[in-house]
Amino acid sequence: MKYESQRVAMPYFIFALILFAGQIVFGLILGLQYVVGDFLFPEIPFNVARMVHTNLLIVWLLFGFMGATYYLVPEEAQTELHSPLLAWILFWVFAAAGTLTILGYLFVDYATLADITMNKLLPTMGREFLEQPTITKIGIAVVVVAFIYNIGMTALKGRKTVVNIVLITGLLGLGGLWLFSFYNPSNLATDKYFWWFVVHLWVEGVWELIMGAILAYVLIKLTGVDREVIEKWLYVIIAMALITGIIGTGHHFFWIGPPEYWLWLGSVFSALEPLPFFMMVVFAFNMINRRRRNHPNKAALLWAMGTTVMAFLGAGVWGFLHTLAPVNWYTHGSQITAAHGHMAFYGAYVMIVLTIISYAMPIMRGRPYGNGNTAQVVEMWGFWLMTISMVFITLFLTAAGVLQVWLQRIPESGEALSFMAGQDQIAIFYWMRFVAGAFFMAGLVVYLGSFFIKGEASPAEEVRGPATADA
Amino acid sequence: MAERFTKSMARNIYLGGSVFFVLLFLALTLDTQLRAMPERDNREQLTEDVVRGKHLWEENNCVGCHSIMGEGAYFAPELANVFDRRGGGDTEVFKSYMKAWMNAMPTNVPGRRQMPNFNLTDEEIEDLAAFLEWTSKIDDNDWPPNIEG
Repeated sequence: MKYESQRVAMPYFIFALILFAGQIVFGLILGLQYVVGDFLFPEIPFNVARMVHTNLLIVWLLFGFMGATYYLVPEEAQTELHSPLLAWILFWVFAAAGTLTILGYLFVDYATLADITMNKLLPTMGREFLEQPTITKIGIAVVVVAFIYNIGMTALKGRKTVVNIVLITGLLGLGGLWLFSFYNPSNLATDKYFWWFVVHLWVEGVWELIMGAILAYVLIKLTGVDREVIEKWLYVIIAMALITGIIGTGHHFFWIGPPEYWLWLGSVFSALEPLPFFMMVVFAFNMINRRRRNHPNKAALLWAMGTTVMAFLGAGVWGFLHTLAPVNWYTHGSQITAAHGHMAFYGAYVMIVLTIISYAMPIMRGRPYGNGNTAQVVEMWGFWLMTISMVFITLFLTAAGVLQVWLQRIPESGEALSFMAGQDQIAIFYWMRFVAGAFFMAGLVVYLGSFFIKGEASPAEEVRGPATADA
Repeated sequence: MAERFTKSMARNIYLGGSVFFVLLFLALTLDTQLRAMPERDNREQLTEDVVRGKHLWEENNCVGCHSIMGEGAYFAPELANVFDRRGGGDTEVFKSYMKAWMNAMPTNVPGRRQMPNFNLTDEEIEDLAAFLEWTSKIDDNDWPPNIEG
């Protein structure tokens, strides 16, 4: 850690991991409710648990992105953070707002929550992933603006690296697109169209810039490869992400009202969306092969490789499986969508945040070359348990989805099973998914346990002449 | 990558590519929203009842369990075509179906998925029904494949 103010990333990472644990607990509740329908009813109905599960994910990833930004922007810019105090204030504001919102979901009936937060004045609630009360949405907007100000001032006064520019571009996109969460026309078809401006253009657009920048930064640090090479890759990757992903939004416009040309545009461009993820895999493995040093933080290197592979499988391959309009006509809104969603979010965004945490946390804790061997071995056990569990969650949901489509979608009206009759038929896969989810939880416990193991690694060993001064 | 492919070339592809596709996306959005949607989304039928129904849909977080036009949660049936499935395409039949259904919740059958009772008034249930009926008439390129959603 070269600048003292980078340390402000620590509370962000810690809080992110706490929310991550909460997210998985609610994931298990949901998984069980799929097969034991009345589990925790009426105390925690499915919709409440799902809102908590997905909103915790979004909020903890935002905490992770913010932590990553506070950590890497000063180091890239070679200057202290503009205002560590502002970063701390924003941390507490965001943490309090996030916690209150989740508690509101859990302890207040949703319609009452809408009422007491005066949703009527500016109705934005009750849409998937955007369930937050309007006041929370405003809070998120304010926090993001102040955060970008703090980061922007830091970046402007120091060295302007490609990593910083790309990261901040991604964050500006994140903040700007968030404004669409306030647009909720009473025409459902229009509402849905612009809802995707937040949801798709975040996860299949600007978040890929954030992911790419964090990955590039970690690879510079771990491999010691020349920055010029890494930055060139980063540009090509994000170019592919935006060239395919922006028009790729069209794969969400197939069945919600927009005209038929989106069937073509959405299919063709989203079929290319795996490309940037494939390039990330090639990028990471290439840079590691060309490394100039053996960095002792093997766990961070494993996360960096893992995130590219799992993002490619989850976002790329599992996305492609159902993105062509003739396929999607059958699979839209089935468990296949759920399968893709789980692996894509885990691979691309959970794992990139865990990558930067794996790299930066030991440094902030006074272990400049990483955790000691035991802690790293335990962390890698956590990696494999969570990742393999997620592979099985995805496979079981895919099996459930294929069967659902076969029973409920493909037969003619009259022959097809009703939704609930179909669900009964595929319950075995939901049970297996639940078991895989329990293993994921076990992996998370192991992973979190690794933070409590003492000891640190010894300095990096140079393998191909001295690494660049950056690393 | 070959050395002849320089970083500034990569940057130009990124900048040029993203500007071009952002502009293309905006142009397509204008065409979709201004030209195409008015003829597809049934907006002349968008009455006050439908608007109130949409707010009820949102304020009770229906999308937390159900999907609508395939979007939402996959825990409970698709509702964009429930007007056809349960109402047989008839407004009055659908309204009485909705009242009977909403008031019968939760079933409390042990082990079965439960839908809460949202304590809606008859007028509110009619608004919700109007919203679902309106939604069923959006031109959605013939999705879903069959009546089961």
